Amino acid sequence: MTDQSANQGIPEPEGITSVIETDYSIGDNNIEGSLGRVPFDIHNPVFAISAAAIVAFVFYTIALPEQAASVFSAMFAFTTQNFDWFLIGSADLVVLFTLLLIVTPYGSVRLGGSEAKPDYTYVGWFAMLFAAGMGIGLMFYGVSEPLTHFSTSLGGTAAEGGLRTDWAPLGAAGGNEAEAVRLGMAATIFHWGLHPWAIYATVALALALFTYNKGLPLTIRSAFYPIFGEKIWGWRGHTIDIIAVFATLFGLATSLGFGATQANAGLNELFNVPIGDTTKVVLITLITAVALISVVRGLDGGVKVLSEINMGLAGLLALFTLIVGPTVFLITFFFDSLVAYVQYLPALANPFAREDVNFSQGWTAFYWAWWISWSPFVGMFIARVSRGRTVREFIVCVLLIPSMVCVMWMSIFGGTAIHQVLTDNFTGAQDAELPRQLFQMLGQLPLAQITSFIGIVLVIVFFVTSSDSGSLVIDTITAGGKVDAPMPQRVFWCIFEGAVAIALLIGGGLAALQSMVISTGLLFTVVLLAMCYCIWKGLASERAKM
Amino acid sequence: MFTRILAPVDLAHKDKLGRALNCAADLARHYGIPLAYVGVTAAAPSSVAHNPAEYEARLAEFAAAQGAAHGVTTEAHARISHDPISDLEQTLLRAIDEIGADLVVMASHVPGLADRIWPSNGGRIAEHAKVSVMIVRPAES
Repeated sequence: MTDQSANQGIPEPEGITSVIETDYSIGDNNIEGSLGRVPFDIHNPVFAISAAAIVAFVFYTIALPEQAASVFSAMFAFTTQNFDWFLIGSADLVVLFTLLLIVTPYGSVRLGGSEAKPDYTYVGWFAMLFAAGMGIGLMFYGVSEPLTHFSTSLGGTAAEGGLRTDWAPLGAAGGNEAEAVRLGMAATIFHWGLHPWAIYATVALALALFTYNKGLPLTIRSAFYPIFGEKIWGWRGHTIDIIAVFATLFGLATSLGFGATQANAGLNELFNVPIGDTTKVVLITLITAVALISVVRGLDGGVKVLSEINMGLAGLLALFTLIVGPTVFLITFFFDSLVAYVQYLPALANPFAREDVNFSQGWTAFYWAWWISWSPFVGMFIARVSRGRTVREFIVCVLLIPSMVCVMWMSIFGGTAIHQVLTDNFTGAQDAELPRQLFQMLGQLPLAQITSFIGIVLVIVFFVTSSDSGSLVIDTITAGGKVDAPMPQRVFWCIFEGAVAIALLIGGGLAALQSMVISTGLLFTVVLLAMCYCIWKGLASERAKM
Repeated sequence: MFTRILAPVDLAHKDKLGRALNCAADLARHYGIPLAYVGVTAAAPSSVAHNPAEYEARLAEFAAAQGAAHGVTTEAHARISHDPISDLEQTLLRAIDEIGADLVVMASHVPGLADRIWPSNGGRIAEHAKVSVMIVRPAES
């Protein structure tokens, strides 16, 4: 079955694959040693440059806050306003590409070799990829986004000098309540459905393919072998990896910082916990401490366990809300929203000549840049846990199922909130600030204290699961692709992340740095498109061997 | 007294394990029993091998070389773990049962203050294994 003349030295993993013969070995660039009793094994120069660049940016932002804020928000505005068409168009291409892979014969290629067995069960696998990719956002935006798009749509369009000034999606639905609901839900699902998951699936597929089938190190640079060949081991690869570490760490740190703010608001709403820097620092420390325990316990003992707990609790909360909320309404609402999504999808996904400028730039382009800047982290984590799946199975489970889950979630939480506005005239959720909206909505349902408490726990644990999986990803990239680098290294990154979040929170600069990270999404869009090409070439060579 | 010895091996750092490996081989020769080498790796490429199949081949080569050098019967048992650094202890304990070893010979450093907070692998195996465990410390310098 194996073609010995093609594979001179490296045996295939499990069954037939097209292994890439290269003289480069993981660890060729690494420096191993120990500081006293503490061992380390780091990639030179990715580790050092990433750590130094991160520290430099933090100092800059804290030392010169106004300048940093204006520079970074200018970068952000430049990205979302001038390149919205590029972001939106590229995401569309990626969705089409992943859907295409499901139906082509390439779908039957198995990650890890034709005989490989999946590393995880469906439950564990799904819990991990969901908790890493999206968990936190759903908690807050699940209620707020449907409400926001609904009310802007209802408000209709407004223009000044030929340019739209309102924030409604597409043509809005001024005065038409039913249509505003449909448009609002379609816009929400658009941002949390096929597009973000297609982005994650593509990056994950590229990395899994080149690592498990072709034997290259598990780092972002490996996916570029078809384009750069042996040159990826040099500065081209270093640059790709450094930017990935940078975006991941700042993405996580800023999320952590904002998350602490949101959790603080939630705790204040429920238990009158005072709002202030002390509470937030305590929250970040708590989250980091739990993430640390998880990271030390490892993938199976830590990350997977927490992800499963999270999914269990989230499922419970959703089920409870469905049952005690307006159940019949919600069930029809789910199908209506799905139909609305499909109906409005082509218009929402249109990259060109958009009249709804504020919506397409301020929401869609912003989201796409954000998802894309997170994709190296989420993609690499999903790749790490997806060995043994076929490409078809992989895309169905990473693209279609999470999209469906998001539709259900948005329908349940957004639907309940909208129902409260329309039927009960309750505007408490709509009027509240973002972090409080979920709790306002739950406050109208029975057992509010319990459900809200579960909500807070969920928010905190979702942050933990992002932090622990992120630390593992950063650790792997800065160790040159080694997943077995010494424990102290992942401990370092986990603590470093928390420290950066605290520094930015206290020194000011969370918003500034978040803008900066999202701007890296533009760079990564090019990476994403390149990955589609590399996946195609990679799968072609796998099929050729089968 | 014993029927099979198990020696955990870190192929990436096998040059540091000389003392423990020699000790294991000596004991195997003394008792005339087989010596099973256990290596734990992740499925993702490492500095030792690009994939599990290659790792198994390398471990088998290593075992054969050790067997020839010391004149003992050796076996190679590769174990694939999702996260070798954190799962090492459980993987080894399971391997001890599966392989049916009744003596484990492994290397460990001289205990220090850090070990009170973070016990070494050797220490933890010695604590939790049901069979005899011999910890080989580095030579006094």
